[in-house]
Amino acid sequence: MAPLLEVRGLRVALPTRRGPQLAVDDVSFDVDAGEIVGLAGESGSGKTMTAMTLLGLLPPGARTSGSAHFAGTELVGLRRRAFRDVRGRRIAMVSQDPATALHPILTIGTQLTEHMRHHLGLSAAAARARAVELLADVRIPDPEQALRSYPGQFSGGMRQRIAIAVALAAEPQLLLADEPTTALDVTVQAGILRLLDRLRREKELAVVVITHDLGVLSAVASRVHVLYGGRLAESGPAATLLTRPRHPYTRGLLDALPHPEAAAAPLRPIPGAPPSLGAVPPGCPFHPRCAFAQPSCRVDPRPEAVPVDPGHRLACPPDPLRGRPAEPVAAVRTS
Amino acid sequence: MSSSSPLEAPAAPASPPAPARRRARPGRQRLGRFLLKRIAAGLLLCVGITLVSFLLTQLVPGDPVTANLGQQASADPAAVAAFRHQYGLDRPVPVQYLVYLGNVLHGDFGMSQQSHRPVSTDLAEYIPATMELALFAIVVSIVIGVPLGILAAVYRDRWVDQVLRVVSLAGVSMPTFWIALLAFYLLFFKLGVLPGGGRLDPTETPPTHTTGFYTVDALLHGQWSLLGSALLHLVLPGLVLATYTVGMLLRFTRASVLEILGLDYVRAARAKGLPERVVVLRHVLRPALISIITVAGVAFGSLLSGTVLVESIFSWPGLGQYAYNSAKNLDLPAIMGVSVVVAVVYIVINLLVDVLYGVIDPRIRLS
Repeated sequence: MAPLLEVRGLRVALPTRRGPQLAVDDVSFDVDAGEIVGLAGESGSGKTMTAMTLLGLLPPGARTSGSAHFAGTELVGLRRRAFRDVRGRRIAMVSQDPATALHPILTIGTQLTEHMRHHLGLSAAAARARAVELLADVRIPDPEQALRSYPGQFSGGMRQRIAIAVALAAEPQLLLADEPTTALDVTVQAGILRLLDRLRREKELAVVVITHDLGVLSAVASRVHVLYGGRLAESGPAATLLTRPRHPYTRGLLDALPHPEAAAAPLRPIPGAPPSLGAVPPGCPFHPRCAFAQPSCRVDPRPEAVPVDPGHRLACPPDPLRGRPAEPVAAVRTS
Repeated sequence: MSSSSPLEAPAAPASPPAPARRRARPGRQRLGRFLLKRIAAGLLLCVGITLVSFLLTQLVPGDPVTANLGQQASADPAAVAAFRHQYGLDRPVPVQYLVYLGNVLHGDFGMSQQSHRPVSTDLAEYIPATMELALFAIVVSIVIGVPLGILAAVYRDRWVDQVLRVVSLAGVSMPTFWIALLAFYLLFFKLGVLPGGGRLDPTETPPTHTTGFYTVDALLHGQWSLLGSALLHLVLPGLVLATYTVGMLLRFTRASVLEILGLDYVRAARAKGLPERVVVLRHVLRPALISIITVAGVAFGSLLSGTVLVESIFSWPGLGQYAYNSAKNLDLPAIMGVSVVVAVVYIVINLLVDVLYGVIDPRIRLS
């Protein structure tokens, strides 16, 4: 069966004062229906720009190439008008902070039903009935009352549930969740992740979770793609990637997480900062921050992500972490 | 303005009637209390303003006796004493104020020393003329300035925006008297498409008096030709008054729409696949209206003060001219009357702006 979303060699160049600069450079991954896939990386890694490409919401002047094939539609180069029928209807988005993503002065009812009515052509009454169902589905108590309320009247976790209901209103096949839990408490995070996982199971929904927090992905994702400097660093099954990472950057992301079994252990942040747009160093983009960097890492060509195991791709030719023992990974527990 | 969602209409068919109404009440009560508080504060402010305007007139250099009696009569102590006694100027200042306040509460602003009519009669004649002009100008400003401001923001840095930047700059920077003379010369003198002054042609008699607004009165009594004439007479002074406020509203609308266009919730609205028109009118304009309304309130205030010049150029028999003449002749009751009226208008505008905030933004209404 063909994957629901097939991204191949995606490149996104953003206009800057120094001319177009690649924010996403040769990224490929698949997402199946009913699957949660993680896109991980620090800010500036290209994960959000990848999502914006899939929604056709790149800033003006951005250029894309490669391919993003979604259920029979090629999204790269899709015309504005045609994109409006994909956006919200077939691919929806939940963004980082529900406090700012929901409109503060429109009722939940309006925000839940406006695109539903636009995309599905429902009457006001039908849309409202469906909105009540959706709110009940994401476990909002007293949905009838909630429809007349405003986002400010709900807690952060509730707002994110409402934002998810809004995203699901027009029955999309793919949900892009950009840092869906970052702004929330740990306990509330777990609830949101459980919700996403349930929706995946019950509705065959495909979810792309975009995050810098690998702990979030360990809880729900089946596959994880780690991006750095706009390029794929490592990708593979979540279980493998998060316990036996092969890319020093993936290792670094994991070491930066608090550990549930060793709470006193110091966190080890990755030294340095990710490269900014247009300032990606030659060779492996990660080499200035990498403890294992060799002379060959510092020169072009950039390492390609190549298969090292079935379903596991790695863009690190020296492969210094091969055969290292598995280590337990810090996780957000969902149960 | 932008909401077309029937969900928000009180009679939405899907809303369950009984519980909905029961739950809606606390919100409405809160709005009522909010209103009452604002009105009480406004009344207090009005009293304060009568005090300030009263004290200011006490401090003004110049003696009403000499100003009104003239050189010869003010040399005669008997005439001066009689004048001071007639107008209560011989009593202690606090008593004068209390008498004044009591009279004002009864709608009595005293006799104008200039027109020898009750100030209230004068005000009743001039206020509607000025209000009609200022309201016409503010409506024109909003109808032109706000949509153009939205356009400028949506087409930021494109040619539309560049052109509108020049328009707004010209609007706020051209002096009113110059625009007035230019418009007068061009539209009245050269082209003759608009009447040059007054509220009606000299041959016409005003419509039956009900509100004092000629357009409204003509409309109420079906005097159609008078309605047309009154509207036509409003255009020239109205547009001249509006040039500044159009520029002002255009700039503020553009700025506040731009600010909101960059927010997360607008990106979220776009991600829902809504047509751009809905995104701009519902998701962007609604929150932008809060600052637009504030500016419109300020703009209306500036219109009221701007009328002095425009009224004298276009011989508009309004409050501006009256205030000017009263000040020139140190006609204290008239000056105080005008001050109180202008203050009340300002307070009412502010109250209106506050109420509109509450209507637009539930966070204000519910907090």
